[in-house]
Amino acid sequence: MRSQNRYHIDTLSVIYFLSLVMLGWINIYAADYDLDGTTPFFDLNQSSTRQLLWIGTSFFLIAVIFILDYRFYDSFGYVIWGVSVFFLLAVLFFGKEVAGSTSWFEIGFIKIQPSEFAKIATAIGLAKYLSSQNVGVSDKYKLGLSAFLFLIPMGLIIMQGDLGTAMVFASLILVLFREGLSAKLLFFSFYAVLLFLLTLLIDQWVLLFLVLALFLIGLGLFIKNRKALIFIFGLSVLSCGLIKSVDFVLNQVLKEHQQLRVMSLINPNADPLGIGWNVMQSKIAIGSGGFMGKGFLKGTQTKFDFVPAQTTDFIFCTVGEEQGWLGATLIMILFGAFFLRLLTIAERQKSRFVRIFGYSVVSIIFFHFAINIAMTIGLFPVIGIPLPFFSYGGSSLWTFTMLLFILLKLDSQRMEQLEH
Amino acid sequence: MKSRILGIKFFVIITIFVLSIRLFSIQIMDTDYQEIANRNVIEKTIEYPYRGLVFDRNGKLLLYNDPVFDLMITPKNVDLSDSLLIKKLLFITQREFDQAYLKAISFSRHLPSIFYKQLSNEKFAAFQDRMRDLEGFNINSRTTRGYAEIGLANILGYVGEVTQKQLNMDTTGYYKSGDNIGITGIEKTYERSIRGLRGVKYRNVDVQGINMGPFENGAYDTLPQPGENLVLTIDVVLQKYAERLMEGKIGSLVAIDPSSGEILALVSAPSYDPSLLSGRGFSQNFVTIQSDSLKPLFNRPLQAMYPPGSMFKTIQGLIALEQDKVQADEIITVNSKLIGDHAPLGKYDMERAITKSSNNYFFKIFRRVIQQGELPSPFIDTRMGYNKWRDYVLQFGFGKILDIDLPNERAGFVPSLEFYDKIYGKERWKFSNIYSLSIGQGELLVTPLQMANLGVILANRGYYFSPHLVRKVGDESLAFSQKSSIEIDTGHYESILEGMQALVSVPGSRAYIPDLVFCGKTSTVENPQGLDHSGFMGFAPRNNPKIAIAVYIENAGWGARAALSTASLVIEKYLNGSVKKKWLENYVLKGDFQDAKPE
Repeated sequence: MRSQNRYHIDTLSVIYFLSLVMLGWINIYAADYDLDGTTPFFDLNQSSTRQLLWIGTSFFLIAVIFILDYRFYDSFGYVIWGVSVFFLLAVLFFGKEVAGSTSWFEIGFIKIQPSEFAKIATAIGLAKYLSSQNVGVSDKYKLGLSAFLFLIPMGLIIMQGDLGTAMVFASLILVLFREGLSAKLLFFSFYAVLLFLLTLLIDQWVLLFLVLALFLIGLGLFIKNRKALIFIFGLSVLSCGLIKSVDFVLNQVLKEHQQLRVMSLINPNADPLGIGWNVMQSKIAIGSGGFMGKGFLKGTQTKFDFVPAQTTDFIFCTVGEEQGWLGATLIMILFGAFFLRLLTIAERQKSRFVRIFGYSVVSIIFFHFAINIAMTIGLFPVIGIPLPFFSYGGSSLWTFTMLLFILLKLDSQRMEQLEH
Repeated sequence: MKSRILGIKFFVIITIFVLSIRLFSIQIMDTDYQEIANRNVIEKTIEYPYRGLVFDRNGKLLLYNDPVFDLMITPKNVDLSDSLLIKKLLFITQREFDQAYLKAISFSRHLPSIFYKQLSNEKFAAFQDRMRDLEGFNINSRTTRGYAEIGLANILGYVGEVTQKQLNMDTTGYYKSGDNIGITGIEKTYERSIRGLRGVKYRNVDVQGINMGPFENGAYDTLPQPGENLVLTIDVVLQKYAERLMEGKIGSLVAIDPSSGEILALVSAPSYDPSLLSGRGFSQNFVTIQSDSLKPLFNRPLQAMYPPGSMFKTIQGLIALEQDKVQADEIITVNSKLIGDHAPLGKYDMERAITKSSNNYFFKIFRRVIQQGELPSPFIDTRMGYNKWRDYVLQFGFGKILDIDLPNERAGFVPSLEFYDKIYGKERWKFSNIYSLSIGQGELLVTPLQMANLGVILANRGYYFSPHLVRKVGDESLAFSQKSSIEIDTGHYESILEGMQALVSVPGSRAYIPDLVFCGKTSTVENPQGLDHSGFMGFAPRNNPKIAIAVYIENAGWGARAALSTASLVIEKYLNGSVKKKWLENYVLKGDFQDAKPE
């Protein structure tokens, strides 16, 4: 039976999407704007003009997604995942090295970044596995096994030297949590890896402080659960131990040139002077915005090219400087509402496949959002991942658009979906 | 499950809350950032290092740095009513002024960029006096390369502005637009050592761009480090002498110290004055040089490929001796000419065959090498024999690059089995198709550098070192001690060398140098496009050799004239310090090799 309204797209999500893309474009325009007013209106040298092209092509992608049959993703789930892993492998051998990482294919003037496609493919592959095997609360073993579906692409992307993108995949742990993962072995080992990487990236005292903060939050959340409290306490102690020991090996055991090599391996774009130039400039820009901001097109820090990558990874500086705390917070609230809406959509599915895919979409976009902003305000090391729908760039915009609209397409036909 | 869903939603909200709190603290609680943004923006300036100096093997300076001054502009601060003065000082038109001004604006209004490159000394002096009146302009000093000698262009190379393509390829992120980079010669091969390290200066400036002093008292500033100096293996006196001899000719001369592989002279003729490609005249001069029909930018010793001709008979002899296909004292009678030959009919042993350059003798012994007579099918037998022979030829450094420390070296060509299969079909060719190889003609191609290296191998009786041009980088001597040996018994060399000595070290002959025993072999290289090329390869003295040499002079006919005469002069100059045979010098300088009567 056909439902009457065949394409019942979730209007609210589309409105959020359009608002975010539009606000993003306005900020790219502002970041690129020349204070003296000599910016031409339509010039392909301007990021904002080119971003219009990427937005346009995104709508084309949306059309393609809505033409494709909704069963495609479920039926070809493993194939899609396999193809993306194949490309991740291939790029290691045939890719082009740019600034220390080998993550691009270059065919003529077209550049393809397989790790972007891998975000979508991994979400689909994970959903396929978890739904088809009926893995879940009843089968903790298979649930743990499913982590390999994202640990494999993650490992391959680390080998490309793109640690930032690799870390995105770790966010899928949230999906496993939703599907019944008990916070045991898998969570713990993953946590240890993350902590290890963070120790290499940031000052140990900052990290120790963070562990303490998380400990206190946990204390507040599970005040009545004794078991959880013991667990949180144990974890915090172990974390501090790990941080101290990695720090000891790095600073006491390794020689200076070895340290530098480890550092450049982890973050090739690290500031060679070690004074945190990027973050400092970013914080000055945002910090000078004040409560109301300096006003649209009135920012001085971003205009004078003091902030690096101001249209891409550091686009949030323009928001902070020109729109102030109020504007920045409103935009974050908009993001928040968007995430909550997507969670609601995920939860209303009959099909496990769609629900899991929905959670994957939220996890990936949310991780980008939180880490990117944390990075610009000095809460997280600079790992170079974009702010969803805001940052300039075709491939990232396409990835986020495809993630969102595959979910919306599946949701629009939820009445036809079979229950797994 | 319900609690988990709630937990996730709570997690999203709490994250946004934390981020918002943090923003609140830096945007509202902490007012420092506002002040920093208003008063203390930090400006980064790059200080350029000096490129390393280059010396010859005896410490003579070849390449240095010349200071030049660029006129910089910061458009925001410029008062356009000053433009008349600027135009007058620079001798430029209104149009040129507008072009430069618009270019600067399109880069940035707030940051300085180059308005006029490399002011001449007079213009610089004129500007210095008026600088105070000119808002928005300042002078920035850089250096260009200064060449101490007119010559050595093919060795030293030149520097130029880094191209967009090179910037894209630069994965280390070292180069910035406008930087200089070595484009060819040792300026290119040793770019990394020679370029030095840029310095960085951080200054506090206010929003108006006014200097407020060094940032954090210069704690993060670094001084530029000059590049490392290079000491070449070239003997500049010898090089200049050889360049003079080669003037007005087309060809190459390569001289190598056999005991180390150090190149003493490397001449490519015709060449150009390298100082034309330094400084303001670069683009204009480059076009002129590049469009010259004699291709002065073509580094002939490394890139020109010719057949080796009769010089190759030395290798043919060695391979036949090693394979026991002929004995050094075995008499082979040439009683009819199977192939064209300038040598008379008669009886030949190895020594006489080399001296007289008997084509028919080498035709016969090459046939023995190729037709091993071990297999019934002449085609398969030939394949086997040819492949063995080819392996030996490759050992002598032919058909591959010798890895000299200059860019664009070419490998020459030693045909493979597959090459002949393609032409004649598999197992469809035999000795009768390839016999021209016996006298160094046919499909064989070699570079003059490889030929000089053959001189080294003969001088050392069986080994060579990678030929190279640089002895020392900074204080560090470069180790090029990797010895390549040829699997041929040392004893086999003597009859060949005897023949080479008898060819050139005869009193009364043109090349004869009193009190010096030296060995050599000439080539008259067949050239289907025109007059034959003149070639020579040899070394001196025969015992305890000091110099190995190869000369190719295009369209100069007999090897025994142009090439041998030039080589003997260079050898004499190097070993004795001066040349006594002025008449021979004049003969070579005049360069009329065709008109002279054959001897």
